[in-house]
Amino acid sequence: MWNYVKIGVLGVIAVLAAIAANFARDLAYQVHMIIVMLVAGGLFLWTVRRTDEPLPAPSPGDPAAGYMDGPVRAGVIATAFWGVVGFLVGVIIAFQLPFPALNFEWADGYLNFGKLRPLHTSAVIFAFGGNALLMSTFYIVQRTSGARLWGGNLAWFVFWGYQLFIVLAATGYLLGSTQSKEYAEPEWHVDLWLTIVWVAFLAVFLGTILKRREPHIYVANWFLLSFIVTVAMLHVVNNLVVPVSLLGSRSVEVFPGVQGAMVQWWYGHNAVGFFLTAGFLGMMYYFVPKQAERPVFSYKLSIIHFWALIFLYIWAGPHHLHYTALPDWASTLGMVFSVVLWMPSWGGMINGLMTLSGAWDKLRTDPIIRMMVVSIGFYGMSTFEGPMMSIRAVNSLSHYTDWTIGHVHSGALGWNGMITFAALYFLVPRLWNRERLYSLSLVSWHFWLATIGIVLYASSMWVTGIMEGLMWREVDANGFLVNAFADTVSAKFPMYVVRALGGVLYLGGALIMCWNLWMTVRAAPARQAVPAAVAAE
Amino acid sequence: MTAENRTPQEQIETTGHVWDDDLREYNNPLPRWWLWTFYLTIIWGIGYTIAYPAWPLITQATPGLLGYSTRAEVAAEIARVQAANAPIEQRLVETELTSVAADPELHQFALNAGAAVFRTNCAQCHGAGAGGVQASGYPNLLDDDWLWGGDIEAIAFTVRHGIRNATDPDARFSEMPAFAQVLSADEIAQVTEHVLALSGQEHDAALAAQGAPLFLDNCASCHGEAGEGMRDLGAPRLNDAIWLYGGSREAIAAQIAAPRNGVMPNWGDRLSEAQIRAVATYVHGLGGGETLQ
Repeated sequence: MWNYVKIGVLGVIAVLAAIAANFARDLAYQVHMIIVMLVAGGLFLWTVRRTDEPLPAPSPGDPAAGYMDGPVRAGVIATAFWGVVGFLVGVIIAFQLPFPALNFEWADGYLNFGKLRPLHTSAVIFAFGGNALLMSTFYIVQRTSGARLWGGNLAWFVFWGYQLFIVLAATGYLLGSTQSKEYAEPEWHVDLWLTIVWVAFLAVFLGTILKRREPHIYVANWFLLSFIVTVAMLHVVNNLVVPVSLLGSRSVEVFPGVQGAMVQWWYGHNAVGFFLTAGFLGMMYYFVPKQAERPVFSYKLSIIHFWALIFLYIWAGPHHLHYTALPDWASTLGMVFSVVLWMPSWGGMINGLMTLSGAWDKLRTDPIIRMMVVSIGFYGMSTFEGPMMSIRAVNSLSHYTDWTIGHVHSGALGWNGMITFAALYFLVPRLWNRERLYSLSLVSWHFWLATIGIVLYASSMWVTGIMEGLMWREVDANGFLVNAFADTVSAKFPMYVVRALGGVLYLGGALIMCWNLWMTVRAAPARQAVPAAVAAE
Repeated sequence: MTAENRTPQEQIETTGHVWDDDLREYNNPLPRWWLWTFYLTIIWGIGYTIAYPAWPLITQATPGLLGYSTRAEVAAEIARVQAANAPIEQRLVETELTSVAADPELHQFALNAGAAVFRTNCAQCHGAGAGGVQASGYPNLLDDDWLWGGDIEAIAFTVRHGIRNATDPDARFSEMPAFAQVLSADEIAQVTEHVLALSGQEHDAALAAQGAPLFLDNCASCHGEAGEGMRDLGAPRLNDAIWLYGGSREAIAAQIAAPRNGVMPNWGDRLSEAQIRAVATYVHGLGGGETLQ
């Protein structure tokens, strides 16, 4: 019966998408509708062929009874794949800046810096980071609840729905469909789809929490829940638009002028706060104690810093708009909340690092622990740097310079990247039932390449950012500007090259990881007895 | 695991909860330094919001005890610099442009101010070094080849009124006709060879000879019989190696057939009198400036 409903719905979607593609007002929308039509049509055929066929008899030890790890495995693959794509695009645009000839004329309008830059940011944050969060959430919530994912195949819908969102967003950027809001570039039809997927994600998560067998909700799940709920709220409010036509990708924003800017950076900063901080803290609270085999340092600290963090983060957005049309009072509040946020952010760092105390000897032998330590270290550094840069006086130097880019990347490459790599190394042997990783020395190689890459990246951006800020504000005795903007651009050349080389090292490390994980699945010895705790339904 | 690195924590009880076989939590107290730093930032935050504009009320936000305002601060700084520069700016406005160079202090001021004006307003087209952009037809200002005159008064006039814009009735104006509607393709090729010959480039002598009378009939009235140009009409010299839109055979033929007529805004609307005089002094001093005839 359920299958007949699905067939009907998929058929209607495919037909509507075909009609929309036919009458589309712009190329991006047309391509998107063709993609939707193909996906819905494919699923339609697939469902038709399976309907009224006898289901294969469940084999003994059928995974259906235990944890649902299919979407987690798929998520691991997607994380690694999108990670490499995102890093590669990053390396390309990092070289396009010092060598503008790499904006090839034959690819103009598609592969030039302006088109690739949002592709890079979205690929690393939402495709790489998002899949890391998705698969970790599915893994962690099951283990810490002692329950199988709620909702049957809904988790698969979330996984594939999210991949479709990524494809629609990426193709949209290249074809010029963007609402020009940083980190919220996809247009209204793609946003609507993400909203549906995200609500399903929330349902899977909450459903699993509600049917948990553990009496208490583990700290990682608080962070994951706050991440899912807040991102839903941010996404919906920041994407309130009126479409120009239901058959085209253009739209008009609801909030005008400085209000729109404020909403955008309320969203933008909390994308950092709840996607890249709270969500990844959830990962840290599970994988660090697991890998270190040590208890979490302080339950008390985790409670206090959790509530302080989520309460304070949501107000910090205005520090992106210092010295603009934004009123001074809003800018003051954004700055004050950002500075007060310093210690709550560091609560997570303390809990992570102190969890490892008593296991420091493992730093010598376990490169995965080393990655976690570096990750938490970069987390601590960027959550100190952030409040500092939010101070108006510092911001007047740092704003619009490459310092901001360096800050973002020490957080993204150091904290988010490294903890994700550690999680992947932790998960792959367990998910594919392998005794161990294929090679620990390759993990060490990855660790060093990535760490040196980040150091090159961050330090070159500090130098060039501060230099830029100082050159822009330099005036002579009569108050006249000393440097033209183009002077600062040419002065940045050597640092741009160093930054791009840092990116190459980081990408190289990620490629080594992919090889190592692939060989782990292919060639590492299988785990002997399976001690997996099977959750009873 | 050794005995020492167990000590501080093992005395502390875990919360007693266990997840996923081995996930436990100690219940260590909050680190003292962490807690106090947190309190300090909160106290600082309260103090800061009392001192600076912060809390939104019904009609406006609290202004803060210090009366701080980012806009007022910038305005005050601009006013301070303007007040400091006012006497010498006044002198610049009152002095004949041609005699600015005679007053070393005034001349230095005009050069610095003009350079700043240039970097902010002119560099986008003419380049940060004033070398122009050949591909886009933005003239080089470093050489002594001037379209509309290179003495300081002429430069100031061009800056003030611009070229071929629709906003200033006094803008310098001339328009080269599109000769594709006047001459045949063969004739354009002949004139092109003649222009190549005038500028001393490699050319087809036979075609150039056929182009010479065509040039006299159609081009010489503005560009001169020998291609020496005419500044009153902004008609460029053709018998040198400096080109606005390129000096290759293709570029010359394209310019004859369907000419590009460059536009420059009238900066009189946007720059003050002192700024216009300063930037004229700066451009005049770049190397190609001529003395007033």
